[in-house]
Amino acid sequence: MRGAELKNPERELRRFQLRLGIAAAAVLAAFGLLAARFFYLQVVQHATYAAKAEENRISIVPIAPNRGLILDRNGVVLARNYSAYTLEIFPARVRDLEATIERLAEVVDIQAKDRARFRKLLAETRNAESLPIRTRLTDEEVARFAAQRFRFPGVEIKARLFRQYPFGEVASHVVGYIGRITARDQERLAELGMEANYRGTDFIGKSGIEASYQHELHGVTGFEQVEIDAAGRGIRTLARTPAQPGNNVTLTLDIRLQQVAEAAFGARRGALVALEPATGAVLALVSKPGFDPNLFVDGIDPHSWAELNASPDRPLNNRAIAGVYPPGSTFKPFMALAALELGKRTPKSAIHDPGYFIFGERRFRDSKPGGHGYVDLYKSIVVSSDTYYYQLANDMGIEAIAGFMAKLGLGARSGIDLEGEAAGVLPSPEWKMKRFRRPEQQKWYAGETISIGIGQGYNAYTPIQLAVATATLAANGDMYRPRLVSHIDNLRTGERRHLEPVLVRRLALREEHLEFVKRAMAGVNREGTGARAFAGAEYTSGGKTGTAQVIGIKQNEKYDEKRIAERLRDHSLFIAFAPLESPRIALMVIVENGGFGARAAAPIARTVLDYYLLGKLPPGLKATEEHEVEEGPD
Amino acid sequence: MMLEAALPSARRIAARLAEGLDRPLAAIAGLLVLVGLATLYSASYGTPARVSAQLGHLAVALAAMWVAAQLAPQTLMRLALPAYVAGLALLVAVALFGDVANGARRWLNIGIARFQPSEIMKLALPMMLAWYFHRRERAPRLADFAAAAAIAALPVALIARQPDLGTALLVAAAAFYVIFFAGIGWKLLVALAAGALAALPLLWGALHDYQRRRILTLLDPTLDPLGAGYHTIQSTIAVGSGGIAGKGWLRGTQAHLEFIPERHTEFIFAVYAEEFGLIGALVLLALYFALVARGLMIAANAATVFGRLLAAAISLMFFTYAFVNMGMVSGILPVVGVPLPFVSYGGTALVTLFVGVGILMSIQRYRTLVQT
Repeated sequence: MRGAELKNPERELRRFQLRLGIAAAAVLAAFGLLAARFFYLQVVQHATYAAKAEENRISIVPIAPNRGLILDRNGVVLARNYSAYTLEIFPARVRDLEATIERLAEVVDIQAKDRARFRKLLAETRNAESLPIRTRLTDEEVARFAAQRFRFPGVEIKARLFRQYPFGEVASHVVGYIGRITARDQERLAELGMEANYRGTDFIGKSGIEASYQHELHGVTGFEQVEIDAAGRGIRTLARTPAQPGNNVTLTLDIRLQQVAEAAFGARRGALVALEPATGAVLALVSKPGFDPNLFVDGIDPHSWAELNASPDRPLNNRAIAGVYPPGSTFKPFMALAALELGKRTPKSAIHDPGYFIFGERRFRDSKPGGHGYVDLYKSIVVSSDTYYYQLANDMGIEAIAGFMAKLGLGARSGIDLEGEAAGVLPSPEWKMKRFRRPEQQKWYAGETISIGIGQGYNAYTPIQLAVATATLAANGDMYRPRLVSHIDNLRTGERRHLEPVLVRRLALREEHLEFVKRAMAGVNREGTGARAFAGAEYTSGGKTGTAQVIGIKQNEKYDEKRIAERLRDHSLFIAFAPLESPRIALMVIVENGGFGARAAAPIARTVLDYYLLGKLPPGLKATEEHEVEEGPD
Repeated sequence: MMLEAALPSARRIAARLAEGLDRPLAAIAGLLVLVGLATLYSASYGTPARVSAQLGHLAVALAAMWVAAQLAPQTLMRLALPAYVAGLALLVAVALFGDVANGARRWLNIGIARFQPSEIMKLALPMMLAWYFHRRERAPRLADFAAAAAIAALPVALIARQPDLGTALLVAAAAFYVIFFAGIGWKLLVALAAGALAALPLLWGALHDYQRRRILTLLDPTLDPLGAGYHTIQSTIAVGSGGIAGKGWLRGTQAHLEFIPERHTEFIFAVYAEEFGLIGALVLLALYFALVARGLMIAANAATVFGRLLAAAISLMFFTYAFVNMGMVSGILPVVGVPLPFVSYGGTALVTLFVGVGILMSIQRYRTLVQT
């Protein structure tokens, strides 16, 4: 090799210049190739391409598929589509948007809220060809605009399918709503590689089933080749690959039961979850107050949006899966089961309840002043003795409690097919260690275990978790994942896909322990704290009341309901299942700031069970609501 | 009175500003920019908003060119290593914290704006390699070419991973040009070409689905009528329907009926060829050839190894962008995101291109000074 050769500037320069020449020749050749291609396209094939461009003004237009329906378990339609005319502006083709809208207002009725919504859409959406300035035009308005169309380049009338939720507020948190695809949605679709299938789609599920089953409901986009005139308007369709409509999603939910349950809440805030213990099917899932999902369909106007968001009642919040509450005394049956299983108590173990429990220097007060006297395990559930469970918690220790409750699914997301579920808090020393920063806060104090026993303290669970725990108890330890969808129908192939129950785990619980706790819960509804609400029931049932403190009341201070503002009043809770022998339904009810569990929540549970098991409608509901189900509002 | 006094001094300032700017280069680039603005105006249906935005980009780009032209090649040489290292660091930063857009991580957000660090590499890499070969005392050996290949491979791999295959290939091409002009042996070149051909199946396996689809749709555009295939079908119709003389400015139906996608940026040549026909296309080709030829002449006269390698590489980069873009629009190359140099809408590319022109001007200006 000539490795050590020194630079020879002359020779190198000559060599460089030679290569420059070669490069120039290569460039010339490449440009010659391009020139030949241009010549081929523009001279040889010119006639073909000119014809294509001229007569063959074909535009490929995506056809958005019809969104699938959402139905309840009996086939009642909860979300459907209807066709209506909208007046749409193509922002790219309009020079002065404001002036155009002003002139449009002379032809059709355009209100301030329509303008505000249009501006919001304009700011939020990207790549949208056209945006609606008015939706649901009347036939007269359509005719009036059509006559003056020449005055409005870049404004068109379109026939579009709209989503409608015939039941309005009822089950609004389950069904959810759709809204316009935002820049964020678009990015997410791009990451999933689904952009192409959403070309031509304007709406996407934002919450509830509409969001969690978005891809089932959406369908497959088709496209058609449309011949268009010199002004870009379509003349005729040349070829068409039809869109495949989205799948129909049928819920396990019973909309009539849901209506009964929501009506039972009245104007009160709270949540209810009713499950089928043997499958995990959700029969009703209430979060009150609800909202009207129809408001969102063509883009919610900023005023309504602000109102929903600013309301202290937080109507957009799905309390059933995202609200976390202390379980209060509804925790006691599970504590009793844990005590039996872990051998900390036998059915015969009894204490004397003086109305308080002393731990160190602290005095834990019973909700009944003076106490319940002689209390065994059965009575501890029936009369809801706090003292019994203070002592029990102290004997069991936090680790044992947390270990058992975790198996019942408390403090972990249930896995229900809705987005936005909260995990809640299952208190344990490990949890405290992770939750807090400062070492003195991280330590678990034995005194903290005491109030855990009555479902207070750090305990914080979602209604769905407590419903699942109750259903698991009712199903003798079989824990099913709660799910809202029963089956999905493909309209094109006629194929029906059933979503099978998912057994999360099978708890190895002794039968006599389960029977004992169930019997005690039956006692609650027969002779205990739930007796008044369940007086005269034509079926057997088990229940447990609960009252959860919103604020910490000093243990030796008396609780005066009237003096505390409504928002700080206790939450009222109730868990139940029925019939006792082979439960068909398990439920959990919470009424926010409802006071004692027996007073507010238990009667709602009774109403729901009466309807589900006996078909008995509460008075007052019969005439109006049932009519609504039969007819289906428009 | 004031005006009379002001005029001569304004003329003097203009003369001072124009000092050191190569006139042929300035004239060719100016003509290309005019073609671009006229086509952009048509592509926006006579809405001046985009044109004025592009004028803003142009002002920045011209300022950048002027600065680059004022720097001596020695200064550029001193900047080569820092620019390369900084570019590399930014590419790593993009890989770690970059913004994702359209599924690719290409953008770096620096508070006030987002930019693509891969753009820096388009110039920093050839500068770095030119500097590397300049520093060798002896005629470059095999080991030098291997080192140069390693210097190039790092940023190219980072850009390809983003993934931005188009830019990666362009940056790799720039590196190849420097190595070619540095005198790599023909035998080695042939061996490398054979190796690259053999590696193609491997590369195919590493491609993303959308990249494969683009290459496949080149072979059969009807495979993807809503995506990349649609772009090629429509741009080919636009070019072909232009004929010899074109449909006339502002008269392109394909462009105005929105058949041409990305008609302001990557596919602007389709609008141009539809409206100005074969004559216009040949004029544009001639302009690009003149630009490249002028660049190669500057390279031939350059005073230093650094100057001549850099000038030759930049000239061929101009050629590559123009060739790849027009080839893609006329349907003989796959659709990759390469703008038509000096014509397409967009600020970043315009600045890079004009800095390249500025560097050529600097090399031309200092062609004799160092010979002493």
